[in-house]
Amino acid sequence: MGMFLIVLRRELRLSLRHGSDTVAALLFFVLAAALFPLAIGPAPETLGRMAPGIVYVCALLAALLPLDRLFGADLEDGSLDHLLLSGLPAPLVALAKSAAHWLTTGLPLLIAAAPIATMLRINDDALPVLLLGLLPATLLLSLFGTVGAAIVLGARRGGVLLPLLVLPLTVPVLIFGVGAADAASGGLTARPHLLLLAALLAAAIPLCPLAAGSALRSAAE
Amino acid sequence: MDANIAAASTPGSGRNLHRFANPGQFLRLSGAVLPWVSIAAIVLTVIGLVWGLAFAPADWQQGDSSRIMYLHVPSAMLAYMGYASLALCSVLSLVWRHPLADLAAVEIGPVGAGATALCLATGSLWGKPMWGAWWVWDARLTSVLVLFFLYLGHVALVRAFDDPQRGYRAGAILALVGVVDLPIIKYSVDWWNTLHQGSSITLTGAPTMYAGILYPLIPCTLGLVLGFSAIVLARTRAAVMERRIRGLLQARARNEAAA
Repeated sequence: MGMFLIVLRRELRLSLRHGSDTVAALLFFVLAAALFPLAIGPAPETLGRMAPGIVYVCALLAALLPLDRLFGADLEDGSLDHLLLSGLPAPLVALAKSAAHWLTTGLPLLIAAAPIATMLRINDDALPVLLLGLLPATLLLSLFGTVGAAIVLGARRGGVLLPLLVLPLTVPVLIFGVGAADAASGGLTARPHLLLLAALLAAAIPLCPLAAGSALRSAAE
Repeated sequence: MDANIAAASTPGSGRNLHRFANPGQFLRLSGAVLPWVSIAAIVLTVIGLVWGLAFAPADWQQGDSSRIMYLHVPSAMLAYMGYASLALCSVLSLVWRHPLADLAAVEIGPVGAGATALCLATGSLWGKPMWGAWWVWDARLTSVLVLFFLYLGHVALVRAFDDPQRGYRAGAILALVGVVDLPIIKYSVDWWNTLHQGSSITLTGAPTMYAGILYPLIPCTLGLVLGFSAIVLARTRAAVMERRIRGLLQARARNEAAA
């Protein structure tokens, strides 16, 4: 546990020192979401109907941005070997990386989603459900993203390959997350969608670090 | 004493699998099997298609356009079976480091993607007269589309590494993640939207399809499955030989450099 926290603290300190990388993902999210009203017109009923989907798709794409540096810098300067030799099992190294990715990307996205969704004229009933659903959804994106980042480590054009691998895997997150917000704006209960998202998260927390850990070990061989 | 240690350190199941890991043995065995599999595949597919397209009765509601089913249904089955065999090869490659499973996984990818593309194309052709649109965001179409993307991701990934061994490992992990996620994707998309007709053939219960229409489907499916296996076998043989030739060329270059 001590070792895990040390790795996590290292990641957070590194992302604080390279603050512009962290802010870039957030800016991308805000900018991409702001393009939609320009593209489809400012009519409130159309925008409000599409708001949950726009927020989710933009969050999904923004969460991909920092992923190719997640392990890339560590592989280049050799600190990945040190991390794997530190006595912390490889899956836990991957879990620490996922946690750091969520704290530096997922959490800011979650906070920025509230004003963005309001600007997109989301239904008032749907806003709290959207944010509640984004909490497990961003966590899931960080976990799946870590797997993708570990798998493409050392590949040519890994950054281009990464979205191709990660996006199809996140289809359920998108469906249940937007489903919850749509159910709430239609006056239905969002509970089943949120429970399914939570179930996905419960399965992904042990499985994704395992897959990412074995990919890390084969990358460092 | 030494013999005992050697015997104890060789896991039984591993040894059985590794008997087929010898590339020379694989080439001999597959060379003997391949012509028969190819001939059976061609004969069965031709019988099934001629029977289905020319002799089987047309559907009372959909007319002749339902005959595309004889290509559509087997290719959909192949798309899923291909991914299952990819996942099986990935387990063999990750757990036992089976060298032929690595090569087979690399070769299954493009063939499976081809079967999935065939399924999507025939489905689209069938959808136009039946639903009035080339594409609808129906649950099954969407999940097959996601499957197609998973195949393409695997194909791109295993070829993106300079060291082939790294590509095999990464591809195997990706295929296993995909095979765990695939049922979840399928169910989520099913709940999301459903327009496609329900399954007429299930493992449990009688088929809800007229037998005269159903029977030609059997040789079609068998023929296409055998054809898929024949293509994968031939591609794997080519990959083994390619590897041998590369090894020989490298050895010759090294000798010439030494001389």
